[in-house]
Amino acid sequence: MSALFTAFLASAIRTATPLGLAALGEVVVERAGIINISLEGVILCGAFGALLGSTHGGVVGGFVGAVVLGVAMTAIFAWFVVRLRADQIITGTALTILAMGITGTLYRALYGAAGAALSIPTSRPLAVPGLSGLPVVGVGVFDQPAVTYGFYVSIFLLWWWMYRTLDGLGLRAVGESPSAARAAGIRIARIRTLSLLFGGAMGGLAGGTLVLAQAGTFAEGMSAGRGFIAIAIVVLGRWHPVGVAIAALVFGAASAVQYLLQAAGLGLPYQLFLALPYVLTLLALAGVAGRTRAPAALAKVDDA
Amino acid sequence: MTRSRVLLRVLLRAVAVVVAFIGGLALFLVVLRYNPIRAGAAFVNGAFGSWYALGSGTLVRATPLIMTGLAVAIAFRGGVFNVGAEGQFLMGATAATAIALYGPKLNSAAVVALCFLAGAALGAGWAAIAAILRTRFHVLEVISTIMLNFAATYLVSYLVRGPMQEPTHVYPQTEPIPHAAELPRFPGETRLHLGFLLALVAAGISWWAMRNTAAGFRLRVTGANPDAASSAGRINVRRVVFSAFAISGALAGLAGAIEVQGVTFALYENISPGYGYTAIAVALLARLDAALVVPAGILFGALEAGAAAMQRDAGVPSVVVSVVEAALILGLLASRGIRQRFRDTL
Repeated sequence: MSALFTAFLASAIRTATPLGLAALGEVVVERAGIINISLEGVILCGAFGALLGSTHGGVVGGFVGAVVLGVAMTAIFAWFVVRLRADQIITGTALTILAMGITGTLYRALYGAAGAALSIPTSRPLAVPGLSGLPVVGVGVFDQPAVTYGFYVSIFLLWWWMYRTLDGLGLRAVGESPSAARAAGIRIARIRTLSLLFGGAMGGLAGGTLVLAQAGTFAEGMSAGRGFIAIAIVVLGRWHPVGVAIAALVFGAASAVQYLLQAAGLGLPYQLFLALPYVLTLLALAGVAGRTRAPAALAKVDDA
Repeated sequence: MTRSRVLLRVLLRAVAVVVAFIGGLALFLVVLRYNPIRAGAAFVNGAFGSWYALGSGTLVRATPLIMTGLAVAIAFRGGVFNVGAEGQFLMGATAATAIALYGPKLNSAAVVALCFLAGAALGAGWAAIAAILRTRFHVLEVISTIMLNFAATYLVSYLVRGPMQEPTHVYPQTEPIPHAAELPRFPGETRLHLGFLLALVAAGISWWAMRNTAAGFRLRVTGANPDAASSAGRINVRRVVFSAFAISGALAGLAGAIEVQGVTFALYENISPGYGYTAIAVALLARLDAALVVPAGILFGALEAGAAAMQRDAGVPSVVVSVVEAALILGLLASRGIRQRFRDTL
């Protein structure tokens, strides 16, 4: 029983890590009044960047590549949305399509049409001395790849930054009332651009996690909707870093139930389990979305 | 602006698109060390090198693109960001296949009509889920329709490997639909079917209805400014949004039905190579104008047909089309944005 629970917890956290990383980045973006629908494309580019980076520079090179491509992708988004004031939804959709096309074409061009199974260096779990020996939760929570610990730490760093610093206050002001923020001397375009670049780095990291700490390879379209799920998680977590982390963990746990169900051998079709995350997202949004309040200036371009 | 000037501008835009496409693609191919001449020849051959290529390649692909392009254009016009045409297309294809295989055995016209009806109904129903989520629960439809796309993909995957699989249980697809449910083809050697004509009719009706009916007016006003529509125009915004979803879903579902009955004659997993996503580019290129969706759809049909030939004959991955689509949408956004900025500084 306890072995099963450990596997369940480890799997929940494994699913939650990339979603949580991307969602934490998106919290900052949305608190600045922007919705980055291209997060899906950012994660995919991050995954591809991880592939490129790791073939040259190992695991560290992989994460560097992931962050660089993630940031590059959102830089384009920022240019369109902040500078040109283009529609955020349409720009985001176009960039996601672009990410699909570019990563797909480059992958086939660079690694062959068959997309031979690549084996790239992966980030192995690191047990935290002491903590991993805790009963019940130890192995699940504290025997994870390094990036997962980065996720734990970034939750609290982000909370501290958003709610305990002047810059954090400025960020929240930009998302709630751009005109008041401007009157207070805050440079809105600058805040929004920087927020987006941070969101891009986190989204890239999420893609890197998929490749370097989970799959150990790249596959076309491997982001598989995680960017959209991460945006949903931001809503479920009520635009708060800690809330988002909890939402990501709950989501990871719900997805991990599929392993328990499969282990139970009920003979349910496997497509049901594959569809579960998406259906779950819809149900969770229906239950929560109406009862929370988004940043007042979210997705409105004209008032900046 | 006079009619001929509008036409001229649209024509210029199309030429710019084609030139940008060719230039950008050639550069991209050179960088990736493909032979651009060979790829270009394959592309032209595959898209319009012969009557067969034009009919079986370009126009057969343009048919679902026009239908789903209309679906997206109408939804966007009403301020509904339905990016779920892909899922609605799949559900329409599923419904039409189910009726054709297991429905009543009637004469051909009745079966075809029944399949269309089922496809449109299930497409609309699939979109209605997102409509309810938005109007009752304030769920952003960009998220919900994408989630529904994934759900539809796995549902089709389950059906063609489970209850709807062909009797020998070897291939992940249904058995072929009966001849009575198939759409007639145009005379000649191509695979061009009646569905293309239906797409043109659908575009004509949509264009007319958008301009000349009260419902079309309500849709446009709601899309332009829902608050004004509700307070000054006494428009029931929630109802308009709901119908925009339903009509959009019905058109995409009908596209799926037509694809099964005119082209594939069976349901399988990858029945759509992303028509529902390309539809967004089609609709935006057409400036959400139903009449312009036709040329835009044909243009993208040519792109897809040419890209398929390029993969076959020159080894260039056909996903390269997605790059072109995205570049096109971004180009339109940039030109609009830059014009806006220019106006701001005056």
